[in-house]
Amino acid sequence: MSAYLARRVGTILPTLLFVTILIFGLQQLLPGDPAVVLAGEERDPNVVAYLHKKMHLDEPLPVRYLYWLGGVLTGDLGESLRMQKPVTALIAEKLPVTLELALIAIVIALSIGIPAGIVSAIYKDRWPDYVANAVALWGLSTPNFWLGIMMILFFSVRLGWLPASGYVSPFEDLSANLAAMIMPAFVLGNAIAAVLMRHTRSAMLQVMSSDYVRTARAKGLSERVVVLKHALRNALTPVVTLGALELGTLLSGAVLTEQVFTIPGFGKLIVDAVFNRDYAVVQGVVLFTATAYILLNLVADLAYFLVNPRLRG
Amino acid sequence: MATLALDAMPKEVSPRRRALRRLGRRPAAMLGLAFVVFFVLIAIFAPWVAPYDPLATSWSAVRKAPSWAHWFGTDELGRDVLARVIWGTRASLLAGVVSVSISIALGVPIGLIAGYTGGWTDALISRVTDAMLATPFLILAIALAAFLGPSLTNAMIAIGISATPILIRLTRAQVLAVKVEDYVEAARALGNPHLRIAVRHILPNVIPPLIVQSTLAIAAAVIAEASLSFLGLGQQPPAPSWGSMLNTAKNYVEQAPWMAVWPGLSIFLLVLSFNLLGDGLRDALDPRHV
Repeated sequence: MSAYLARRVGTILPTLLFVTILIFGLQQLLPGDPAVVLAGEERDPNVVAYLHKKMHLDEPLPVRYLYWLGGVLTGDLGESLRMQKPVTALIAEKLPVTLELALIAIVIALSIGIPAGIVSAIYKDRWPDYVANAVALWGLSTPNFWLGIMMILFFSVRLGWLPASGYVSPFEDLSANLAAMIMPAFVLGNAIAAVLMRHTRSAMLQVMSSDYVRTARAKGLSERVVVLKHALRNALTPVVTLGALELGTLLSGAVLTEQVFTIPGFGKLIVDAVFNRDYAVVQGVVLFTATAYILLNLVADLAYFLVNPRLRG
Repeated sequence: MATLALDAMPKEVSPRRRALRRLGRRPAAMLGLAFVVFFVLIAIFAPWVAPYDPLATSWSAVRKAPSWAHWFGTDELGRDVLARVIWGTRASLLAGVVSVSISIALGVPIGLIAGYTGGWTDALISRVTDAMLATPFLILAIALAAFLGPSLTNAMIAIGISATPILIRLTRAQVLAVKVEDYVEAARALGNPHLRIAVRHILPNVIPPLIVQSTLAIAAAVIAEASLSFLGLGQQPPAPSWGSMLNTAKNYVEQAPWMAVWPGLSIFLLVLSFNLLGDGLRDALDPRHV
């Protein structure tokens, strides 16, 4: 286990290093003097001079990168020029909102995607399979911001059941919080449910044709026990690992969903930062997202390693 | 007798023709292809098909519901939604094709070099690819578009660069599998130069999965362009784009829902068509997958 862990950490460290180089490199895409661009429309000479000094713009590029990396390693992702706050504080403030949204979306995705995948595999090439595949294709092809607008139109404007936008903290009013989160979470979970359904279907089909499932059937066990106890347990392991890769879809989707439903989360933070030309925030959010994605994939890999005795052996 | 035996033998069918036949037997893929062709024709003939000028405003026709005069209704400036949806096809298809072309132009040669040369070049390319793949596609595209500045061209560049690592990885994996084949060994033994082996002997054999991936990547790029335009980072107003139309429409959901229905439905249909075609191509080009 420790050797495997060391090997995996050994591969992610250079990846993380390249992530920092790429994100630092984004700054170089800005036309002209970055300090002038970052100072905003006012271009206050004092701000420009301050930024020049703070960003070490008189130093060569590799030295500037090392200064920036040093800050990142000590938890300093820079400061938001618009909000006059450290980027880490802003991320810490907005992250819980997105995490709640993501968590509900995952629950929705799992509760739709996995049962649909099982049904689709059991009834392969029959109508439930066709229906599940059509629904999955629909989920993969629908832009989630459009689905969000359509749901607002139906459930908020026409039926008046749910609020169209806004966010209430769960600590203030839990039912109002859930009412505000259920539509965006469904929108976000929809595309992931489609992917999970496809993964579950193919994993189940593979497992169902294996020898031990045939043996379980030959023993006279009921189909229900064979599917749920013997096949599903083994089919789910790769599904969970592949599902972890969908975290990227979740984070990308959150940007758009939060924009549609005006939820003050992580996604809205990056979009607002883009329009405010608050580049330190953009860099900080991208760096945080990439690091979280790499670490969560590591956790998923380790979980897969732990539950799969063949790998441990 | 020998002639008779030869005549009785079935004619050799090329793999390409076999794949096309397999594709033709898949109704869903053919439906996808038909819709793609339909959208391409709409984009090409937009000036002749659109009933109105997509930029012409009319204060007497602000937010009018669908009617005989305006089949898809009008928007907040009195512009014809159908005309804008038709012209918007251009932005979406252009974004899909151009950004995927950028990622092919970058990803295939880089993947070929990584897979063929191996060693530290491969290690370096693989680590950079991993770093790019670690950043979610849309977030990387948003960051690139933010730093490059909002425009359709920059959105296409951003999407193209963000989609490149998948093509690098796919090409590299295919090259690794192909380069140990006997015919590549034979070409090497005959003293062919590396460039010739890579381009003439390896590249043609890694193309089928790249075609499948590119078709599916166009679907992803269409959604990405619509997403960036929806966020205001793609096509800039007043030029029509499905994403930017949806951005405006979300402010008028109550008063003018038709403004949101048609551009969204168009994105859905175009993406669905490319997904159906991509799935069909995968089944046709890789029979093991079926």
